[in-house]
Amino acid sequence: MTTNTKTETLKPSIVEKIVAWVRANVLLCIVLVVLLGVMIAMLRQAFSSGSEMQKFIRLTYAGLTDGSLLALIALGLVLVYKSTDVINFAHGEFMVIGGFVGYQLLVWLSPNMNAPLAVILAVVGMVIAAVLFGILLERFVLRPMIGEPVISVIMVTIGLSNVIAAIVGLVWGNNAQRLPIEALPNNLFNESGRFEIPFEGARRPLFLGHENLMLIAVVMLVTIALLIFFQRSKHGIAMRATADDQQAAMSMGISIRVVFAFAWSLAAITAALAGLMIGETSIGVSAQDIPVVGLRAFPVIILGGLDSITGAIVGGLIIGLVETYTGGYIDPSLKEIAPYILLLIVLMIRPYGLFGQEIIERV
Amino acid sequence: MVFSRFERPYEDNPAPRHALSVENVSLRFGGVKALSDVSLDVQPREIFAIIGPNGAGKTSLLNCICGLYHPQEGRILYGDVNLVQTPPHRLAHLGIARAFQNIELFTHMTVQDNLMLGRHIHMKKNILDALLYWGRGQREEIEHRRFVEHVIDLLEIQHIRKQLVGSLAYGLQKRVELGRALCINPGLILLDEPMAGMNVEEKKDIVRYVLDINEEWGVTIVLIEHDMGVVMDISDRVAVLDFGILIGLGTPDEVRNNPTVIQAYLGEEGG
Repeated sequence: MTTNTKTETLKPSIVEKIVAWVRANVLLCIVLVVLLGVMIAMLRQAFSSGSEMQKFIRLTYAGLTDGSLLALIALGLVLVYKSTDVINFAHGEFMVIGGFVGYQLLVWLSPNMNAPLAVILAVVGMVIAAVLFGILLERFVLRPMIGEPVISVIMVTIGLSNVIAAIVGLVWGNNAQRLPIEALPNNLFNESGRFEIPFEGARRPLFLGHENLMLIAVVMLVTIALLIFFQRSKHGIAMRATADDQQAAMSMGISIRVVFAFAWSLAAITAALAGLMIGETSIGVSAQDIPVVGLRAFPVIILGGLDSITGAIVGGLIIGLVETYTGGYIDPSLKEIAPYILLLIVLMIRPYGLFGQEIIERV
Repeated sequence: MVFSRFERPYEDNPAPRHALSVENVSLRFGGVKALSDVSLDVQPREIFAIIGPNGAGKTSLLNCICGLYHPQEGRILYGDVNLVQTPPHRLAHLGIARAFQNIELFTHMTVQDNLMLGRHIHMKKNILDALLYWGRGQREEIEHRRFVEHVIDLLEIQHIRKQLVGSLAYGLQKRVELGRALCINPGLILLDEPMAGMNVEEKKDIVRYVLDINEEWGVTIVLIEHDMGVVMDISDRVAVLDFGILIGLGTPDEVRNNPTVIQAYLGEEGG
């Protein structure tokens, strides 16, 4: 009997736990309530008529597509940060060079074979090129920087972005190029290449493109593979250890050079995939415009947490949705700044981002 | 399989125990001579202490052995491998583990994960095994976890197993670092001031662990330590460095009675 009462007093009830959590996270709760309100308002409007529902679904679909692309770009940044503590300012240019390599391969391959095979071969070639790129980068750019402060390496990536941009300009010129064939199949389920959903009260049926679905699927696949890799495989853990303490990682028998080459290769692969997918959109494969898309990934990684793969994905989707909802419901001109407003609010509550690792300091 | 507390779990091949011999090693940083013409040898299963005043070059010598510094002259042989030409990450594969002077733990991971990283070189699982977690990958993981559990028992850190290393007290962090070095299942452990900043109680514990590791596991131990009482008590042999020069080498008694050593080091302290 006595033991019973003892455990009861020690273990707080669920209600007490919730109250304690709310007290500890007052700001977060306020934001959550506001968000909930906004969502309810949006859903009420969506259910008010057929055309509103259509608009809501269209915006959500566009937001998820956009968000997936941002998430894929953010993934590359997170991978490098996670294993080397460096923020890669050349990531936009990684996308450019990856996109152009993919474009070139498609130009060579597509006249000689059917479209799906050409795309698969082009992607494989792109991945191989990205791995080579990562290895060369480690050998000639990063290895001389071992032991230097992280900020120096970050400066080097800024220089690198200019060098890559110049090389791309020399080889492929400065004009945007269109991919010779569609990299993402656009007639997956039917010939027209889109879902058509008629809505009552709407003037036209709702069109949803297949390629968007493919884009979301690609991002999900890449993410799941990376998550498993980082959680389970020996090399993923070695990368996490290297980011934490290089000297200790070495004394555990981990080769830092291999880890660096690996991290930058993975980043180059995700960047190349993202570059090719942007090439598919109205932007085209462009040395000027792809890095601009890359810049949009910075709020994503800060929102999600610099070192979290999950954070990159969730952050990417949130920012994609917030952008399209703001553009659709409030004002298209607010679209660009909405992510930053959100970012400010989140950082006030969680300075390390939504999923970022809190840094413990013992003083 | 259940291990007694001191029995070394030999699931993987234990690292061979070679003699370590430092031959005429000189290390310069620009004009500063950190080590000049140092020669010494460490026999297998020995507890070998390196002592000397601050700045005598003790840690530099350890860094040379680890391949972090490259001495301009001389060679360091472990068995028949010249460590001077070996990249730092190969050391663990040779069975040489190290605990650092300023703790170098993975502060963002739990104690258990830190120790599991010590098993890194023994892990075979590749990406495919990781994807198919059940089967080979899982069996391997269980084996490594068992080894880690054994080290946890040996060092008596069961209660902090799941805690983040960054949140632990200094003494416990030192102990975890020793544990991580042990998880390599090494033949030789280099300990850089394992007892610095500890109280008497904690020092006693570490001494006990070091002796256990040496006697029961048969691991050779090279340690740098400032506590003369401890050094003279547990070491088989002691080397004394002063300004990068080896001024004494021998059993604790020989070193204690060596006039050069008394003048340079012990004399100033003990009188």
